[in-house]
Amino acid sequence: MKPAEFDYARPRDLDEACAMLAEDDARIIAGGQTLVPLMAMRLARPKRLIDISRIPDLAFVREEGDVVAIGATTRQCVLEHDPLIRVRVALLSKVMPFVGHAPTRARGTVGGSLANADPAAEIALVAVTLGATLVYRDGNATGELAAADFFVGPMTTALPATGCLTAVRFPCWRDARIGVGFREVNARRSDFAFAAAAAQIAVDDDGVCRRAAVGIGAVTPCPLRLDTVAKALEGTRAEEDVAREAVRLALAEVEPLSDLHASAAYRRRAAATLAVRAINDAYHSAGGAHAR
Amino acid sequence: MRVELSVNGQTHAVEVEPRLSLLDCLREKLSLTGAHAGCEHGVCGACTVLVDGAPVRSCLMFAVQADGYAITTIEGLAPAPGELSPLQDAFCETHGMQCGYCTPGMILAAHALLANNAAPTRADIVDAISANICRCTGYAQIIEAIALAAERIRGLNQPAGKA
Repeated sequence: MKPAEFDYARPRDLDEACAMLAEDDARIIAGGQTLVPLMAMRLARPKRLIDISRIPDLAFVREEGDVVAIGATTRQCVLEHDPLIRVRVALLSKVMPFVGHAPTRARGTVGGSLANADPAAEIALVAVTLGATLVYRDGNATGELAAADFFVGPMTTALPATGCLTAVRFPCWRDARIGVGFREVNARRSDFAFAAAAAQIAVDDDGVCRRAAVGIGAVTPCPLRLDTVAKALEGTRAEEDVAREAVRLALAEVEPLSDLHASAAYRRRAAATLAVRAINDAYHSAGGAHAR
Repeated sequence: MRVELSVNGQTHAVEVEPRLSLLDCLREKLSLTGAHAGCEHGVCGACTVLVDGAPVRSCLMFAVQADGYAITTIEGLAPAPGELSPLQDAFCETHGMQCGYCTPGMILAAHALLANNAAPTRADIVDAISANICRCTGYAQIIEAIALAAERIRGLNQPAGKA
């Protein structure tokens, strides 16, 4: 047995889980695909694990007006194949095959990935890019945080220490023509990305970009939305030189991460190229090039 | 803690510490040593088992989390004692293994693929085993084995005369 000793509890509902979280040194476990390796290496030694994976009301995918709400313990493999997500949050569908491998997606949850806040996490990148809202319970109170405020740094979030993420709400665009793009580089497929970029673009009947959202992941301590790039694309046909210049300007201001695998300079260069490609993919899949 | 596990169709009640992984439980408590302990932190895939038909890393699941699921290990694939499943046969024939350490995980990952996709492309096969590391074969014969097994299973399901 590699992990240090701990107690295991499986609360019946969220109220019970939140009461348990108030106790000393308790950690939530849902899919456990990041926590258990940390425990095996004894980098994490929680006294008590609170297993929320079977609380009935925490696993769902449903449309609520202009958003799609996803329960925190919804398994990643469910999102990968969900027809509502494919239609309403196509960017999320697009990134799911890149989230870990099939065996980790079979256990890993959407809330777990968000709460873990790895800088290279694809679900977090989509949440920031589309401006998702994260919903949590802390004791008896519920709270909400915009994705951009939720992620504070690598593996660090604004979630209260005794809080439990319950759902994430992704806004749906109602435009008739929407396209999405996602690109990442890593040493091997499905390994942690060195740089990633996501884009969602709505075009009108004339192929003019009406609305855009662009974000980069794995480059900065948290996923980063590039609002100036989105603004620059509006009213254009997302021509490559327009996209390239807007991305270059936006990335000039960021301080990329640097590690053994990818230097800051490499990350900046790769992110710029990936962002331009993701924008191009999004514009073309929106049917921009084929409009009048 | 006491936990009831359903493994290869049989129910076992075992007494475990919460920190005992499903992998260690299968190997030490149930003497099912087919799931192998490799990296023991979710990277290598040697410990792959099926949980409700989906490939899962048994080193990343505690035994106390595994009640209520149908768990399948490599020991549960053969149709009868002394026989092999079509995938196991194909691995033998194409030399889809050398040291054999990754083999149970590879076969279970492939089994899950073929259960959902009778005619996988090479890319589908590569994706299905991408979470499993083999340091001997270079993967080529493993891919060949899975393609051969898929072809045979499709043949078995054809009406007589068309196989």
